[in-house]
Amino acid sequence: MAYVAIADQHAHLHDPQTFLTKYVWSQDHKVIAIQYMVTAVAVGLLALALSVLMRLQLGFPDTFSFITPSNYYQFVTMHGMIMVIYLLTALFLGGFGNYLIPLMCGARDMVFPYLNMVSYWVYLLAVLVLVASFFVPGGPTGAGWTLYPPQAILDGTPGANWGITLMLVSLGIFIVAFTMGGLNYVTTVLQARCRGMTLMRMPLSVWGIFMATILGLLAFPALLVSAVMMTLDNHLGTSFFMPALVSMGEQSGHKGGSPLLFQHLFWFFGHPEVYIVALPAFGIVSDLISTHARRHIFGYRMMVWAIVAIGALSFVVWAHHMYVSGMNPYFGFFFATTTLIIAVPTAIKVYNWVLTLWRGDIHLTVPMLFAIGFVFTFLNGGLTGLFLGNVTVDVPLSDTYFVVAHFHMVMGVSPILVVCGAIYHWYPKMTGRMADETLGRIHFWGTFLGTYAIYLPMHYLGILGVPRRYYALGDTYFIPESVHTMNAGITIAAIVVAVFQLLFLFNLVWSLKHGKAASANPWRATTLEWQTPDTPPKHGNWGPELPVVYRWAYEYGVPGLKEDFVPQNQPPDSLPRTSDRHGHL
Amino acid sequence: MNLIVASAGVLIGLLVWWLAVSRLTTKSWEAQGTTDGRGTAEMLGVAPERVGLWVLLAVITSFFALFITAYAMRMTPHPVRGISLADWQPLPEPWILWVNTVLLLLGSTFMQVARVGASRGKATLARVGLLAGGAFAFAFLAGQWLAWRQLQAEGYYAAANPANAFFYVLTGLHGLHLLGGLCVWGWTLARMSRDDAIRDGVRLSVELCTVYWHYLLVVWLVLFGLLLIT
Repeated sequence: MAYVAIADQHAHLHDPQTFLTKYVWSQDHKVIAIQYMVTAVAVGLLALALSVLMRLQLGFPDTFSFITPSNYYQFVTMHGMIMVIYLLTALFLGGFGNYLIPLMCGARDMVFPYLNMVSYWVYLLAVLVLVASFFVPGGPTGAGWTLYPPQAILDGTPGANWGITLMLVSLGIFIVAFTMGGLNYVTTVLQARCRGMTLMRMPLSVWGIFMATILGLLAFPALLVSAVMMTLDNHLGTSFFMPALVSMGEQSGHKGGSPLLFQHLFWFFGHPEVYIVALPAFGIVSDLISTHARRHIFGYRMMVWAIVAIGALSFVVWAHHMYVSGMNPYFGFFFATTTLIIAVPTAIKVYNWVLTLWRGDIHLTVPMLFAIGFVFTFLNGGLTGLFLGNVTVDVPLSDTYFVVAHFHMVMGVSPILVVCGAIYHWYPKMTGRMADETLGRIHFWGTFLGTYAIYLPMHYLGILGVPRRYYALGDTYFIPESVHTMNAGITIAAIVVAVFQLLFLFNLVWSLKHGKAASANPWRATTLEWQTPDTPPKHGNWGPELPVVYRWAYEYGVPGLKEDFVPQNQPPDSLPRTSDRHGHL
Repeated sequence: MNLIVASAGVLIGLLVWWLAVSRLTTKSWEAQGTTDGRGTAEMLGVAPERVGLWVLLAVITSFFALFITAYAMRMTPHPVRGISLADWQPLPEPWILWVNTVLLLLGSTFMQVARVGASRGKATLARVGLLAGGAFAFAFLAGQWLAWRQLQAEGYYAAANPANAFFYVLTGLHGLHLLGGLCVWGWTLARMSRDDAIRDGVRLSVELCTVYWHYLLVVWLVLFGLLLIT
């Protein structure tokens, strides 16, 4: 059967007519991307506010009467869950995935635009259900973002009835939304690339998002399975996870359930989730570094293989979150080994970023600052991961602030730095205006130094044995006075960092009107999204003719050419050359 | 847990194999020019809807594989200090499940008839096949409902034993997936009755429904087999 290339089909390009179809019920991937981003950032601000409240309690205990122990646990839980799933996952895949995949692959849109639209609205529903839990009797769940049973659904835990139910329902809805989006991302990458865009010519951003989507599609079902079973334990009285126990002086109706089973299922999702967030960040940061260092990415092939290898390995390391859970101790050996093996492809990526910078023509633009900040932070967080990956070192450090510091460095601060860098980088394409540079620099230094002021001291707290999850430390013999001082300092740093994020938002809103008008390709980048006929790109992206790709995405600094970059879609015979030709090509 | 690793391993293995054959070894920095005159869909020769469905089936496979793993782990928990914690009491499978299996098999067969009819342009055959395929799926669901009723009447409540709970959850989720398929089926039927001839889009819809029916039949056979041997 003769088949017209999907990207060439005009049939699904029903041009939007009214305001509603253009901006609200839009099927355009760019509008959906921005809807995803705005929603994710809005709910992220809520999570940011929650973290400030948490820090206020930790830094200045006995000061804020409105933060009760129950509130504190609710803040912790909602902060974690929102940041990991509703902000980072949604922003990287729903936001950047939606925006970048069709543009970078040279397609007119996602292959299933209607499904894409539904995906966003279902995601919004998930967010609303989650936020609704603040307004139900008992408030949101306070079970910790890992939602471990049995405590998650026992009466002593805040939100054990309504809160946890809404959380699980919201997660279920989110997974449905993600699956719809994910089908689109995978199918678009596989099927809708323009002519000449082979897999090995795709920008690494697309590779990262593509692999992360596959991980999400295979891992989120584990969360769904555990959510279904926990809901039934809570409401039908089954005993999938709930052992026989005495709660509030009464024997509960459950018996024989396995809390450990939940932990296995949760982390079978939970660890790939780390890479669902990290792989898009890896991809995007590779593109930022290459573009702003005016140098081809070092070891492109190795970078792709590393993304694939990390994705595959991320499914066999989950139990390193469970060394102290009471699982069979022999598992620890296996999972420590796989965990340390995953450091190999990750280290390859870090070397390649550094080697890309090496002797590059580094432009310290705002996106570049964030990209370099990411490499530092990810390295720091990764190194403490080597400590925690080893069972014998992990056991004493478990449940201390060392763990909090580690995972915030590696999957909190690092991806957020990439998010910020990516927003500054693609803002001109999305809006047609440059974000303000000075504000951007202030934002970078405030965020970068501020987050180090928060998380570096936390490592020391952890080594001292300060436990995490405690509402107040009180008088504990092994905790010196200096810890309290340090906690107060961390809190102040956290507030400062939060304020810097408001500055970021102000910059984004202000530049929308007052920013410098952006040219089509302000960073002089090679990838296709910068070669669109309009900025911001119009519906259908490419005008009458689809682009044709002639080379990989990293043709920077080729000797003998006038420009120091060659767009992917520039025909080889029309390259402007310098008069005195030297070198090859 | 071994099952988790195995199923993930198989899926990832397939992916890696596929990527490897699609020339992951290209030296993209050397090769200039277009690959050939064609778009990627043409190279693969597959409709995007078909790719979408296969990706969805991979997701659903992951979902049921994880449930089956949970089933296995819950059935035989690790003994603590030598004391077995097993509280699993297998429940007798109602005989009607055998009837349901036959119904689902018939549904799948008729969908295949519809697929063949659609691909050969025989509108009546396709319509009859599609109608019968859907009808048998509904009959299967009704049969599953009767099985639930029968177990309830005999006192096998979900909360009483993990074996009962898993029975209801697995059959229920399988039923929900079939119900989702029936929505698409209804849509296909509506599109088909708009026209006397079979259009390309309808032919693809019928084909994808058929694949989904076969897939859910396989899932059911695996689940039923699991229930029978435990």
